Amino acid sequence: GVKDGNWTVLQLVEALGSCLENTDPRMRGRGIQLLSQVLLQCYSLLQEKEVLHLVLFYENRLQDHHLVIPSVLQGLRALSMCEVVSPGLAVSVLKAIFQEVHVQSLLQLDRHTVYSIIINFMGSREEELKGLGADFTFGFIQIMDGEKDPRNLLVAFQIVRDLIAKNYALGPFVEELFEVTSCYFPIDFTPPPNDPHGIQREDLILSLRAVLASTPQFAEFLLPLLIEKMDSDLQSAKLDSLQTLTACCAIYGQKELQEFLPSLWSSLRREVFQTASEKVEAECLAALHALSACLSRSVLSSDTEDLLDSFLSSILQDCRHHLCEPDMKLVWPSAKLLQAAAGASLRAYHHVTRIVLPLLLEQYTKHPQSSQRRTVLEMLLGFLELQQKWGLVEEDESTLLSLQASICSVVFSALTDPSVQLQLVGIRALTVLGSLQGFLSHSDLELVVDHLIRLTLHEDSQSSEAAMEAAGSLAPIYPKVFSGHMVPRLEEELQSEREEESSCDHYSLQQRCLQALAAVSTHTSIVKETVPVLLQHLQKVQKGSEAGKTQGMISVCQSLHRVALQCQQDDDGCWYYHQTVVPCLLAMAVLAAMQESAHPLLGKVLIEEEVLAAMVPVISAATTHLSPELAAQSVSHVVPLFLDGEVSFLPQNSFPCSFQPFEDGECFDAQRRLVALLMAFVCSLPCNVEIPQQERLLQELLALSCSCNCPFTATTAAKCFAGLVNKHPAGQQLDEILQLAVNRMEPSLVEGPRRMQALTLLLWVTKALVLRYHPLSSHLTDKLLGLLSDMELGPAAADGFSLLMADSPDVLHKGCHADVRIMFRQRFFTNNVPKLVQGFHGAGPDVKANYLKGLSHVLNHLPKPVLVTELPTLLSLLLEALSCSDRVVQLSTLSCLQPLLLEAPQIMSLHIDTLVTKFLSLTSSPTMAVRIAALRCAHALTNLPQTVLLPYKARVIRALAKPLDDKKRLVRKEAVAARGEWFLLGSPGR
Amino acid sequence: GPGGGAPLENANPLIYRRSGERPVTAQEEDDELPDCIDDREIFDILSGGRGERRRSLFLNLAHLIRSINDPEHPLTLEELNVVEQVRVKVNDAESTVAVEFTPTIPHCSMATLIGLSIKVKLIRSLPERFKLDVHITPGTHASEHAVNKQLADKERVAAALENSHLLEVVNQCLSARS
Repeated sequence: GVKDGNWTVLQLVEALGSCLENTDPRMRGRGIQLLSQVLLQCYSLLQEKEVLHLVLFYENRLQDHHLVIPSVLQGLRALSMCEVVSPGLAVSVLKAIFQEVHVQSLLQLDRHTVYSIIINFMGSREEELKGLGADFTFGFIQIMDGEKDPRNLLVAFQIVRDLIAKNYALGPFVEELFEVTSCYFPIDFTPPPNDPHGIQREDLILSLRAVLASTPQFAEFLLPLLIEKMDSDLQSAKLDSLQTLTACCAIYGQKELQEFLPSLWSSLRREVFQTASEKVEAECLAALHALSACLSRSVLSSDTEDLLDSFLSSILQDCRHHLCEPDMKLVWPSAKLLQAAAGASLRAYHHVTRIVLPLLLEQYTKHPQSSQRRTVLEMLLGFLELQQKWGLVEEDESTLLSLQASICSVVFSALTDPSVQLQLVGIRALTVLGSLQGFLSHSDLELVVDHLIRLTLHEDSQSSEAAMEAAGSLAPIYPKVFSGHMVPRLEEELQSEREEESSCDHYSLQQRCLQALAAVSTHTSIVKETVPVLLQHLQKVQKGSEAGKTQGMISVCQSLHRVALQCQQDDDGCWYYHQTVVPCLLAMAVLAAMQESAHPLLGKVLIEEEVLAAMVPVISAATTHLSPELAAQSVSHVVPLFLDGEVSFLPQNSFPCSFQPFEDGECFDAQRRLVALLMAFVCSLPCNVEIPQQERLLQELLALSCSCNCPFTATTAAKCFAGLVNKHPAGQQLDEILQLAVNRMEPSLVEGPRRMQALTLLLWVTKALVLRYHPLSSHLTDKLLGLLSDMELGPAAADGFSLLMADSPDVLHKGCHADVRIMFRQRFFTNNVPKLVQGFHGAGPDVKANYLKGLSHVLNHLPKPVLVTELPTLLSLLLEALSCSDRVVQLSTLSCLQPLLLEAPQIMSLHIDTLVTKFLSLTSSPTMAVRIAALRCAHALTNLPQTVLLPYKARVIRALAKPLDDKKRLVRKEAVAARGEWFLLGSPGR
Repeated sequence: GPGGGAPLENANPLIYRRSGERPVTAQEEDDELPDCIDDREIFDILSGGRGERRRSLFLNLAHLIRSINDPEHPLTLEELNVVEQVRVKVNDAESTVAVEFTPTIPHCSMATLIGLSIKVKLIRSLPERFKLDVHITPGTHASEHAVNKQLADKERVAAALENSHLLEVVNQCLSARS
């Protein structure tokens, strides 16, 4: 009634009158409870005057019998949420509560009500409460003193945080407020099992930390507490103390820290020197960093001493001598402490490095062994990396510049050391020095490049790789030095024909030159130097006749590919690359194909399929990032080349005959293979680029894919068709071309000599449509499902499911702008797995394996989290699949089951008997990969509950003895790991 | 020197470099060709190889003897030179394995335990046909002879593994979940 406005609250109070004044406290309690319940429902409708009366009534009731109090508090809580509370009422309510109620003797819920009343008033009546001065703070301290319930603590901590953050007067009660909160530090709370409140230990820790680290006024009490708890035996207490210290440093200044710095430092040092825990060490270093940052930041009055200096001096004093013992264990903890302190500010950095850098340089010279030098140089590197934060500051105080010569000589000496490990650190140091603008002089840079060339070409493969990477990251900073110095040297090396060397060495040197040319192409001006060198080399290799020509061409293509990827982001570089490389590769391929068609009798293949396949990613990467205008310009040349033999845009335009890749006739076999290059280009174009004569092109591709006898060409034509169809805008044109494709495919699938080609086309077109959720895709998928029971095509159709689900490397992926919906795999799973399961049950024994294979391909490509939720329903089928003799099925079933063992141990426990039996029997499969997967599963079994496993322990350990003697090392390794884990089951100390 | 706290046995020990992870060769990936059990393989069983620190017997032992590690530069017993690859000898054809280990310091009280852990790890990881010989590198430990005798004595090793306290410590060393 009150809610609808039919009744006023005062009428309700009058009606309840007898009940509210009843002498039995239980009756009174019930009356007040009813009233409070009503108020909680409709506090927002109350008038100011009504509130006034109600408040006075409730305040009065606070003195009543203890049975009544909970309901009184509920009423006050309702009233504390009213917007129309007259001035002064809030204060008076709180005063009454402070005076009349002994909060800590109430039940948890009622205490929570009190906190809520306070929080509500703090939210709406801040000014009035502040008028209470420190009395409010004192009142609250008394209320929360002794609180034990985690739910209430979260609220109480929130109130304290607000008291401090909103500047309520703490008066003389700072220490009391600290005591009443810090007594919970460090938080020791484990949520009970099945806790419905969901409060985690971490919630309490963070909430308390926010209180403790909220004001510098707590510093004098808090810091001694933190120092004490850092020495605790409990790791959690240590970590909490360290993290709290780090949090405090954000608001403290020199004044707060001053007195405690020596003890803080000695605690941190003790922990870092002694701890076994990476976490503790990391938190110590973070705390030291924060301390150093805090001291660096403090504003000093003119007469105070700068504590940063004395603090850093004590760190240096305790750590520096350890840096001189690179063989001893404390060397790294000391270096890390110094680096943590130095990294906090430029001032701290200068203070530390002024002493440490000369010391390390001296230690490097003093210690002759490579391993010692490596440690010293790694430490030096750590300090150099810190400098990167600020860049090179050219001031008088920059230690680094004054040591330039000795740093360079140390780093260069590392680069010429016989130890690869030391070389590697030297190369990292070189990269850091190079990134500090202005540090290396021009002559140093030339020396750097000489070293990089030597390391790249003549040293250990690890050093060579690192040197190439370094060249790649330094080249954009110093493009002139690299293009003028490094590129010509590599070119020279590439062209040299050294007779005296064995061909094997020569080959590996050439490989390195090619890789280095690619690695250093990280700036457009360098790309313009390296690309012609690579293309020239490609032509030279093609013309050569020596063995290994195919491999040689593939290597050049790999380097070209890397360059393409590196210049994709730069418009100028990208277009330069595209218009230099694409026509050149096309011209080479066209010429070779023509020469081959002109002399078919020679039977000589000038452009192998592998080489074409290696050119595909080059052209693709050169095309994906083109701007639409430039791409349109390029497509207007390339498509006519293939459709009409229009060769005029190619750099070489005297060709012996015409280029007709879509013509029938055996002599065009070689030309037809070049469809691979067309595919690489046309399927990588950005979506909004219009392809001239697209319908004609699609029809030609369709015809080629169905009629060609060469599997490479037919497959490539099918992929190209699919790539175009995937991006083709929806509409009548698309429907027509798809209908055409279906009409050609269906009869060929049923019978005839080209069933395999038809299946390939079906697979690629299905993939193209599944990816974009095209309605025709389900028809095509059903067709594919039907073929699983085909004696001839069944196995290939089953493998086709892998093609549908996997990312294809050259077409139909996101990188080449294909239309790929992110959930397509889940969708495919939902739509087709029931059909696969049904098909399996209905299939004859000869073809059952095809269904399992198809299913395992689908499952294998499903994201792991989805797999784990979906698999239990398929579990019985998977267990059956383990008995299937096809090793692809076995392998993929095992790889499906392994994550399930780790993530759904309860469900898997039900099948323990089958699992143990099957896994153990597969450990003697003739296929190594199956044996390895079976052993991994046997290992993963140890994740199931111990009580389930123990009955099998003896049997498994006995059975795993056999693979310990497997002929393959990789199998033995898994057996050792699995058996070791099974031994530990149920033993003490696990 | 280092601050207070419990005194460590050998608090600032000498450290040595680790060897890299064994690269997988083409032959190892070939289904047909057999790979024989070699010194390195035994060594890797004991060290867990690189990148698999969780499984390393050495690392667990290192924790145990409290020559504690440093995260970026983890100290395994390999780095402490307790076991070196040159001191592991295997003959696959004759089915014998010999491992020499070097306790960190001549009076290291953990020598028997280290030896026992190595022995148990090998018993569990090698085919039964192998005859195992685990002993202290000559001249590196005060009570070398006594320790070797215990390790060679099958009955004693068996008895030691019946001792549940000892077994617990050994299992802790071998556990991947340290």
